[in-house]
Amino acid sequence: MERIPILRMGNLLLVTIQVDMHDRLAMTLQDDLTQRIVSDNAKGVLIDISALDLVDSFIGRMISNTAAMARVLDAQTVVVGMQPAVAITLVELGLTLHGVKTALNVEKGMALLGKTVF
Amino acid sequence: MSTALGNTVAFQTHLLDKRGHQLASRTTMPLRSDEDVVALRRHVRERAVAIALSLVDQTKLVTAASELARNTIKYGGGGEVHLDALQDDLRRGVGLVFVDDGPGIADLELALRDGYTTGGGLGLGLSGSKRLSDEFEIDTRPGEGMAVEIVKWKR
Repeated sequence: MERIPILRMGNLLLVTIQVDMHDRLAMTLQDDLTQRIVSDNAKGVLIDISALDLVDSFIGRMISNTAAMARVLDAQTVVVGMQPAVAITLVELGLTLHGVKTALNVEKGMALLGKTVF
Repeated sequence: MSTALGNTVAFQTHLLDKRGHQLASRTTMPLRSDEDVVALRRHVRERAVAIALSLVDQTKLVTAASELARNTIKYGGGGEVHLDALQDDLRRGVGLVFVDDGPGIADLELALRDGYTTGGGLGLGLSGSKRLSDEFEIDTRPGEGMAVEIVKWKR
């Protein structure tokens, strides 16, 4: 089955989404990340969406749900690299990714996680 | 599909007449699976680039297309989408018509309200794609499927 790879760096999980995800793939990623937080004892999750040229309500909800699930499993999530056109569209669509931490790029995202995790 | 398609043909002719759009070309794609939605997003992006829509307008159009395609599959039981190259006197546009022969919508006003859903989603698909489009029109009757048309014009 098609899957998006999840890398581990210390107690962080790192995901770079580089394909246009169909809905099942997005759900698989949400499930995989939640499993890996527990199995890898991760304290932080960094999701890089800089290669995504679209975040619709389904992908947006997957991101929000993943962050919420991570939170109840004692891990922080940061979404990094959102393109400006995607941000404009997302807000106009009516999604605000409530409760999701964001940073402009991977470096700033790591710094943000570093403050809360380490 | 026959009733809905019959309705839709009349509906589209009516829309095009009313607005004075000229239909330069039309492509039709099936909407049955998750993969069809991804394929549609790619095709819509190509159309948007071809008429030189700004990056923001491209993103809005592709996102609206993704929402409506998902609705067609999830609530309409699958259907198809027409990709139209539109032209009026002054400008070019991309039109998308989503057609299904599912249960249709009894209360349109309610269905267009932010946060209203019958499928456990966020309830932003219809209302959100309306906000993302320049023109938005729905033709539906309970039990007779639906057709949703959106248009994005090159500014």
